[in-house]
Amino acid sequence: MSDTITLTINGQEIQAKPGQMLIDVADENNISIPRFCYHKKLSVAANCRMCLVEVEKALKPMPACATPVNAGMVIRTRSTKALSAQKSTMEFLLINHPLDCPICDQGGECELQDVAMGFGGDISQYTEQKRVVCDKNIGPLIATDLTRCILCTRCVRFGEEIAGLPELGATGRGEYTQIGTYIEKAVSSELSGNVIDLCPVGALTAKPSRYTSRPWELIQHATVAAHDCVGSNLYVHTRNQQVMRVVPRDNEQINEAWIADRERFSYSSLEHASRQLKPMLREKGKLKEIDWETAINLALEKLQAAANQKGDLAALISPQCTLEEHYLLQKLVRGLGSNNIDHRLRQIDFSVQDYTPVMPWLGRSIESLDTLNSALLIGGNLRLEQPILNHRLRKAVVHNGATISSISTLTGQYNYDLTEDLAGSAEQMLHELASVLVALATASKTEPGKDLSELLDKVKAKKEHNAIAKSLLKGEQSAVIVGVQAVSHPQYGLLMQLAETIAGMSQSSLGYLSESANSAGACLAGALPHRTATGSTSERAGQNSSEILTAKHRVLVTMGVDPELDISNETSLQQLADNNDFIIAISSFGNAFNAAHADLILPLATYLESSGTFVNVEGFWQSFKGCAKAAGESRQGWKILTTLAQLLLPGDAIDYADSTAVRNELKEQCRNLTLDNFVSIQSGQNKLPTRPRALQKISSTAIYAVDAMVRNSAALQATVNMRDAGCLRMSSEQAEKLSLSTGSKVHVKQGEGTAILPLLIDDNVPAGCVWMPTGLESVKNLSTLFGSVDVEKV
Amino acid sequence: MIEKIKYYLKSYLFLELLKGLSVTGGYFFKKKITVQYPEQKTPISPRFRGLHALRRYANGEERCIACKLCEAVCPALAITIESEQRADGSRRTTRYDIDLFKCIYCGFCEEACPVDSIVETNVFEYHFENRGENIMTKEKLLEIGDRYEAQLAADRSADAPYR
Repeated sequence: MSDTITLTINGQEIQAKPGQMLIDVADENNISIPRFCYHKKLSVAANCRMCLVEVEKALKPMPACATPVNAGMVIRTRSTKALSAQKSTMEFLLINHPLDCPICDQGGECELQDVAMGFGGDISQYTEQKRVVCDKNIGPLIATDLTRCILCTRCVRFGEEIAGLPELGATGRGEYTQIGTYIEKAVSSELSGNVIDLCPVGALTAKPSRYTSRPWELIQHATVAAHDCVGSNLYVHTRNQQVMRVVPRDNEQINEAWIADRERFSYSSLEHASRQLKPMLREKGKLKEIDWETAINLALEKLQAAANQKGDLAALISPQCTLEEHYLLQKLVRGLGSNNIDHRLRQIDFSVQDYTPVMPWLGRSIESLDTLNSALLIGGNLRLEQPILNHRLRKAVVHNGATISSISTLTGQYNYDLTEDLAGSAEQMLHELASVLVALATASKTEPGKDLSELLDKVKAKKEHNAIAKSLLKGEQSAVIVGVQAVSHPQYGLLMQLAETIAGMSQSSLGYLSESANSAGACLAGALPHRTATGSTSERAGQNSSEILTAKHRVLVTMGVDPELDISNETSLQQLADNNDFIIAISSFGNAFNAAHADLILPLATYLESSGTFVNVEGFWQSFKGCAKAAGESRQGWKILTTLAQLLLPGDAIDYADSTAVRNELKEQCRNLTLDNFVSIQSGQNKLPTRPRALQKISSTAIYAVDAMVRNSAALQATVNMRDAGCLRMSSEQAEKLSLSTGSKVHVKQGEGTAILPLLIDDNVPAGCVWMPTGLESVKNLSTLFGSVDVEKV
Repeated sequence: MIEKIKYYLKSYLFLELLKGLSVTGGYFFKKKITVQYPEQKTPISPRFRGLHALRRYANGEERCIACKLCEAVCPALAITIESEQRADGSRRTTRYDIDLFKCIYCGFCEEACPVDSIVETNVFEYHFENRGENIMTKEKLLEIGDRYEAQLAADRSADAPYR
């Protein structure tokens, strides 16, 4: 069979690949064919019949979406036969459609409206009663109006093929067919919001923005997602400089046509009551609103005073802040003679920080995850933490037959079959990794290196470890991916060393995922105590985040950080407040720590209201402009920091006209940077930690608790994912041992911190462990992700 | 020669003046059509486009469903609407403002309305005394609608055969 064939559409000779569907060929050549059920990312259903076209020598019109092209085919899409078929289909589709366009949110951007205008008739011959379908409550994100449904089944196919959770389905036959969730329940997929975009009519619309705006009123701004390290591309739609909704922007290299619900619905926090609207100063123990000039002058005075005393200044910055903010803050802190700046708020073990890659990244392109043959995921739950990457891995499994294994805290977390699914406490994870290493050594007949020989002595590989080793070795394209839970591992250094050795021995790519949108950018910008911009070693290493929390300073600057919920450390916040004479909090949202302890609060614009750049896990620099008007008197971070730096560091000639100038300065420095995750990490440890006997805590940040924006989004907090996220989970065996049952309240104690949580029996929790969330108000006193805990019935 | 005589006769007998005055005189004795406004008023078409109003259904429910078609069609951008989901789940406006200084009384809003909610009454005698009164809010518009409902309903039904 030759590579291309020739066919004729509407008299135009067209080259196509054999086996391509007619509708794809037409789309490539800008010949429009109406369609409803066809979607380029979904399988072909051919059930709407809207794309009927005339094919010469065929008896009846053929659906373009399900007709493969053949050499010499003659197709007419606008002939009388084709048009009358399309017109009749349209009339059929409108039989049961309520035509309630004036109250439908889809009105104005509705495919049914558009196609009816272009291909439908003016009148309907149908005079009988229309069918009515009861609306179903499928959660706080998606509003249903199922009478409008034309049964294209795009949402059903999305659930089966993309989300991997067949939650929506069609029940009944003929006129009684209905889309629903089989049994009344809320959809729980982390990608569920995409069905809103998929639905060609107004049957599934966004609940949080319901009835608030019309498509023709909205202004579209291109921007980048901020709640995971993937950097999905977004369009933000604003009306009167207010964000009304967020939709995906197609980018085949990153997010294809999808975005996670987090990215779609976090915008509602912009209007939240807890937004920091004005600068505030603590006077006699009470916060008082002040104006910006006073606030800046006061900050200057305090920072200047701290600068004169070397090392008396420290800064903690959220990895969600933009590249420009990281760069300017580190420039400011370093200009004032201190190296105490860190963005690694959830990391505990800094023992190998001098070895770590300049910018820990994915180690391969996001797109190439689709074609993986095997992968090992360590310490993470990609489905909740990086839904888009998980979707790519799912594609590799479903379409490419990839074998993927996980060594993490919980089993059964993925929406595809894992080859091996191992879970355990922090220590257990290291033991599993060591066993995989031993299995790899045996299978590949190579030595893992001298540094680990003592550690691996006596480590035995079991069947599952051999299977992981075999799959990694066998796969042509294999990857070892270290997730974000691993970052909080008490022996992250050793874990990195083991992961690196496994990747090296199996010739896999090594990837590190990071929790936030700009963790990678923060490393490049030098928001680290031991490295300056572009990763060059700083002359004198400053305090890392856990040292900053315990050491005394004259001034502490926090930027975009909620110390209660964003930091994993045992330090009590009272102690943090006592250690620092003056705390300057630059923050978009008010929080309990700022309310109780911050001395000066500067309101910060969120990323949707500010220009900036995020560097994603693949190393893409994605710049964006502000989409909405900043709330209250809040200012863009780079402006606040530029103002402070201009006045504090007159020698440095800081003069940026806009955030692009800041980015360009850093980009110029990063020009010759090459990224490599293989850096021969030496943790210096020669013994695996013993598995503790006490009950072990395992944890991860709850899906909608990753940052202040997500935490303040009412719609996301109301989802079923969050309802169960606040529970403490343990296996039924463990619960029996402690004579507990689902729903009972338990008292948890970890070190000094305590919490009372409801119990959920979940057999995905490994023996000897209890799982609980991080990042929620209810567990703010238990902020380290691993460690021994006591659990007892209240 | 004859032409000249005709010319002089016309000029000296004021024939043309009398011809003109005969029209004046004719109207002087005809029935007067002058209306003594404001005591008297001319009849108004049911399609008259005067002051705006928002109508209600007979059960008291406001008609407007916040489809924003009037806002979209308004050539003078005189209409501003904000909407949300009301507690009972229906689509309603929270704000419906018409700036009467911007409005050109073209009646497109009325034509665009799918539920006959925004209408133009036959009221054309109104004035503003203070700055800001030109903005007709939802409350004011509904109140006007309530006041003239009988007239509005009669006008709509009179025009119904032609719509």
